[in-house]
Amino acid sequence: MGLIKESQQKQLKDRFKKLDGNVKLIVFTQEMECQYCEQTRQLMQDIAALSDKIAVEVYDFVADSDEVERYKIDKIPATVVEGEKDYGIRFYGIPAGYEFTSLIDTIVAVSKGESDLSEETKTALAQLKDNVHIQVFVTLTCPYCPRAVEMAHKLAIESDFIAGDMVESVEFPHLTHKYNVMAVPKVIINEDIQFEGALPEKEFVENVMKVSES
Amino acid sequence: MGSGLLDLKLIMPDEDQDRVSQSGEPYELLIIGGGPAGMTAAVYSARKQIRTLLVSEDLGGQLLWTSDIENYMGYQYITGRELTDKFKSQMEQFPIVDIIVGDSVGKLAREDDQFVATTASDRKYIGKTVIIASGKRSRPLNVPGERELIGRGVSYCATCDAPLFKGKDVAVIGGGNSGLTAVVDLMGIASKIYVVNISPTWQADPVIVEKTEGAENVTPLLSHRVTSIRGENVVTGITVESLGTQESKELSVQGVFIEIGLLPNSEFVSNLVQLNRWGEIIVDCGCRTNVPGVFGAGDVTSVPEKQISVAIGEGSKAALSAYKYLLMHT
Repeated sequence: MGLIKESQQKQLKDRFKKLDGNVKLIVFTQEMECQYCEQTRQLMQDIAALSDKIAVEVYDFVADSDEVERYKIDKIPATVVEGEKDYGIRFYGIPAGYEFTSLIDTIVAVSKGESDLSEETKTALAQLKDNVHIQVFVTLTCPYCPRAVEMAHKLAIESDFIAGDMVESVEFPHLTHKYNVMAVPKVIINEDIQFEGALPEKEFVENVMKVSES
Repeated sequence: MGSGLLDLKLIMPDEDQDRVSQSGEPYELLIIGGGPAGMTAAVYSARKQIRTLLVSEDLGGQLLWTSDIENYMGYQYITGRELTDKFKSQMEQFPIVDIIVGDSVGKLAREDDQFVATTASDRKYIGKTVIIASGKRSRPLNVPGERELIGRGVSYCATCDAPLFKGKDVAVIGGGNSGLTAVVDLMGIASKIYVVNISPTWQADPVIVEKTEGAENVTPLLSHRVTSIRGENVVTGITVESLGTQESKELSVQGVFIEIGLLPNSEFVSNLVQLNRWGEIIVDCGCRTNVPGVFGAGDVTSVPEKQISVAIGEGSKAALSAYKYLLMHT
């Protein structure tokens, strides 16, 4: 039995009718699949089955080293949501629970190839000259987390310098330990800038722009 | 399907969150807040063909972090998220209601016969009448260490943060429904759970209390209060005091979940309408505040019993009162 209920499949099919460009869900797992690797792969395959515009590719974290290298994947399960190009959007861990909303909204945004971020934000992002890596730590039971994840992913769509990760905290305890994640959403920007909570767009972007200042 | 530690139930995204018609005319009704009271008010106003705008940080309010609901009539059991979705689709079927999500009203002022709401993102909306249904937020303990350690072990959202405390020792402060629900959430995750409650008995409903009874990793501390939260960068412990013996003791914990009730989100109207000593908006049985044209509904008001079903009733009354007001004043 899949994770997506029948009524949800119907809703998603309707929503996906409005997709613009093609979207590829690139899943990294391994031969002996970890529990959530298997479920992540299954979830992405089930989503892809709901629209002609969504395709799925599955790679092995050990055997397919070229793809692992190309997409800079360092842990699994990992899912890349790729549109016209690789915007740098990653989901590490299974995007179920509240993060399912992030996944679907991100698929729609990637298909469109642009975000609804404000003109001010876009102007600010044009000034970026350094790479920015945004990691958003979440739990699947957190209603505020998708707002932070989607912000990171929208920023990744708007700027080639920005990569945005969702990281599901329970599946990567070594990272939650490393970054001292004790509340979610927790946002880590290039290792040194961090904050908790789903900040509004303006403040989120201010934090991103600090990267260039330092 | 064995899902292990994670709850994999998929939650569907909202589509087209903002829905605003571009007529430029003032709205007949502004609804501030999108919890059960606000959404119900929107349904009632829509059915009266009142041009309405609902502005809210989110749709669902406190329902969003309510896990199980067993006392909302019509459903023996439903999750807060599922009930939210039902409320939402019921409201969204009426195109006359404009909806703005992700913004909150920071100021409400009367200008002549109209009310101007200014939001956090500095947008202004004008309405002939207003329903304030802005709900409540978590109340802090106000003890040393609490503010400094928010996000470093101090949490006000047990559903969000509980999964991060696997195998750790934690304390839940509060013995009401939210406190003991947090205990239930943590029972399968944390190693040891202290439950600190200022009263000698639990205030929670007996059905919730039952779920925590007999759990080996739960230590109740009734008639105790927290006097401080300790820790440099992260929480390392709390100090509790027995109200009977006045004795203090130190408990070593890495997480503190504070569930001691709620504060009304009424600061932004404190200069406009009358509040009671708890900061709640004083309303009469028709949801009228002391300012004609301004109504209140749900948890933010002085109406006793903060329940979903009460908020639903109050939201409907507020919209019908606003409708009558509009009939008489336009």
